[in-house]
Amino acid sequence: MGIFDFLKKKKDHESKAIQEKQSSPEANLESGLEKTKESIFGKLGKAIIGKTNVDSSFLDELEEILITSDVGVETTIKIIDRFEARVKRDKYLKADELNTFLKEEITAILDENKSPHFIDFSLAGAAKPYVILVVGVNGVGKTTTIGKLAYNFAQHGKKVVLGAADTFRAAAVDQLEIWSQRTGAIFISKGMNTDPAAVAYEATVAGVDQEADVIIIDTAGRLHNKVNLMNELGKIKRVIQKKIPEAPQEVVLVLDASTGQNAFEQAKQFTAATEVNTLALTKLDGTAKGGVVIGISDQFKIPVKYIGVGERKEDLQLFDAAQYVSTLFNA
Amino acid sequence: MFDSLSKRLEGAFKTLKGQGRISEINVAETVKEIRRALLDADVNYKIAKTFTDKVKEEALGQNVLTSVSPGQLFTKIVNDELTQLLGGETEGLKLSGNPSVILIAGLQGSGKTTFSGKLANHFKSKGQKPLLAACDVYRPAAINQLQVLGEQIGVDVYAEIENKNPVEIAKKAIAEAKRLGNPIVIVDTAGRLSIDQAMMDEIAAVKTAIQPNEILLVVDAMTGQDAVTTAENFNNVLDITGVVLSKLDGDTRGGAALSIKSVVQRPIKFVSHGEKMEALDVFHPDRMASRILGMGDIVSLVEKAQDNFDEVEAARLRKKMAKNKFDLDDFLNQLQQIKKMGNIKDLMGMIPGVGNKIKDLDVDNESFKGIEAIIQSMTMQERTNPELLNGNRKSRVAKGSGSSVQDVNKLLKQFQDMRKMMKAMNKMNMGKMMGGNK
Ligand SMILES: Nc1nc2c(ncn2[C@@H]2O[C@H](COP(=O)(O)OP(=O)(O)OP(=O)(O)O)[C@@H](O)[C@H]2O)c(=O)[nH]1
Ligand SMILES: Nc1nc2c(ncn2[C@@H]2O[C@H](COP(=O)(O)OP(=O)(O)OP(=O)(O)O)[C@@H](O)[C@H]2O)c(=O)[nH]1
Ligand SMILES: [Mg+2]
Ligand SMILES: [Mg+2]
Repeated sequence: MGIFDFLKKKKDHESKAIQEKQSSPEANLESGLEKTKESIFGKLGKAIIGKTNVDSSFLDELEEILITSDVGVETTIKIIDRFEARVKRDKYLKADELNTFLKEEITAILDENKSPHFIDFSLAGAAKPYVILVVGVNGVGKTTTIGKLAYNFAQHGKKVVLGAADTFRAAAVDQLEIWSQRTGAIFISKGMNTDPAAVAYEATVAGVDQEADVIIIDTAGRLHNKVNLMNELGKIKRVIQKKIPEAPQEVVLVLDASTGQNAFEQAKQFTAATEVNTLALTKLDGTAKGGVVIGISDQFKIPVKYIGVGERKEDLQLFDAAQYVSTLFNA
Repeated sequence: MFDSLSKRLEGAFKTLKGQGRISEINVAETVKEIRRALLDADVNYKIAKTFTDKVKEEALGQNVLTSVSPGQLFTKIVNDELTQLLGGETEGLKLSGNPSVILIAGLQGSGKTTFSGKLANHFKSKGQKPLLAACDVYRPAAINQLQVLGEQIGVDVYAEIENKNPVEIAKKAIAEAKRLGNPIVIVDTAGRLSIDQAMMDEIAAVKTAIQPNEILLVVDAMTGQDAVTTAENFNNVLDITGVVLSKLDGDTRGGAALSIKSVVQRPIKFVSHGEKMEALDVFHPDRMASRILGMGDIVSLVEKAQDNFDEVEAARLRKKMAKNKFDLDDFLNQLQQIKKMGNIKDLMGMIPGVGNKIKDLDVDNESFKGIEAIIQSMTMQERTNPELLNGNRKSRVAKGSGSSVQDVNKLLKQFQDMRKMMKAMNKMNMGKMMGGNK
């Protein structure tokens, strides 16, 4: 109304190597997702048994399973639509076929974004040094994921540089330093409360000078609605590019599997700030399913590449969509 | 993707408009929208279902006030119900021991260590001298982290670098507090999954050993559907006394708060809203409710309107608008009505669809002062008949109100635009749109 215009116009003039957790079970994707599977498969099994067509009570069950896995309403609707279309097209005979259709449809959504030039820990065909910038909100597991990445690259005989560009959170530098000791990576830091971009630059220079295969830059956790902090990421990226114009080859957004629909907003803002091209999903050894990545991967066309299934250096795996989906639904 | 509830309801309420009473039929679509909004806000699937059923019951048959649309009334019912569920007994910390002991627990990365620091800082600022106990013996640099925070806020930290037994460290920390005379001990623990039996046994053992007065579960406000499982499992093992919601400075809707509250029936005692040691607050159920519903604050708008908006006056204005007789004096009256309701920016922010647009707009009640002064400097005749205002009169008004002739012209121009719009809206049957034409 006029009154709002008026107001608007008015405004115009105006070290210590700490032991690793011993108690955590032999964590891997299977055992990590086992708990996931039990609850979901039990329900889905019940929903399927004795049904000869996709009736509404089955769809209700499916809806509940997907929503309680944090898939989100919109993506759940999309999955159900695809599933129904598929059933209509292919007709199904048995319950386990329904199950297969469902898995295939969800896997398809995730696989649509698979990168054609997939680079694994062997770094075959990758630039040297291969630069990975790791970003995400607070406490999702960035630093731990970096430690695990360093371990995996080292296992493949790669020389790794870690850049401690989280100079803000208490003891963040110490934490990364411990990971560098655990994995034998070269550690670059300028200490706490220094300019993160300067650290990133120094790490990049060190990586080039020392002919490292991989440079991984840790950043401070930041909530995506904090504009200044998001801009800082842009700056970090630019200084890396001053030394290596094509870098960073990988910008990894780390998502915590227990995060709900807010992960969408995270993906949106971090992508806007740094052109995220890779997702890592952590803490899949817990009870949360991380289903939100299905929608994120779909909407932003970013593949999930890594999953975290524990706190030890071995607890990182390359993401496999079919396996992820199948452990979601069935043995 | 995450449209706010109010925006959604604007659509859903089309079905309700023009109907004076909320009935079974017109409510179905609305209930669906509310449920979806709750799910988008990460409220647990089952809890969202139960909640909407309850709201539906509450809403059925309610009479709709004339100054409020059925939609707005419905929103208020939802909000009231939610606020009540989130709130319940508001309790502070119960600290009676000597020293009083507070055990902090939660998943990895939820914000326990940061919260421990904040809580210590909170006690310190009240003149009590807490002791922090570093019982996370696993996470790399966890002890350092707590020590750095302790140093920052000037609170002692009890740590044993070589000791890998949290139970022992916790017990010794309490002995140390007794020795030093610290009235409160805050025990920071390692993050753990609720299904990690060994780690859950460990924290249960810590609890048994130190008999804490308070056991607080720190939960990340961004948590999704899993909040229910985690809260339930931790509560089963520890019988927690309260919940802390962390990272509320983000833009998460925070539906986990409702899920947790519904499952464990323990009060949310604090919210953490930043990385700084001062970013700690008590929990406000009403704010949390609006946040979960993502609806600006239409509820308070409805309440304020109910309190302040004079039905008779509203009817009189509507009539005048309908006849296109709305004049500057009415405009002044309306401004004053609005002002009575509170801060103008807040008010405008409460209007669905407007909220976002004025976020960065620099508006306050002062902006109205100029307008008021100008109108008040006019004679009654001029107010009813702005056309009378020639050059002479305008400069008199400008002088009287301490503004310029340009300001007067601007106001008049705005007023004319407004009238034009009203005329256009009248053609579209404005009376009905404004919620009843009594
Ligand atoms: N169970 C489990 N815990 C994990 C996993 N990844 C990380 N964590 C734990 O989560 C907590 C936070 O991890 P960090 O690596 O410090 O997270 P961050 O994102 O670097 O945190 P900030 O730098 O503070 O924003 C730590 O206790 C980690 O041990 C995982 O895959 N599974
Ligand atoms: N923005 C914001 N960040 C927070 C808040 N609370 C904690 N953090 C950040 O979240 C991350 C994890 O916090 P911690 O206190 O280390 O979490 P924790 O639960 O002790 O983690 P573990 O000991 O690894 O399980 C850090 O980067 C903190 O600075 C908050 O209220 N707002
Ligand atoms: Mg970190
Ligand atoms: Mg901690």
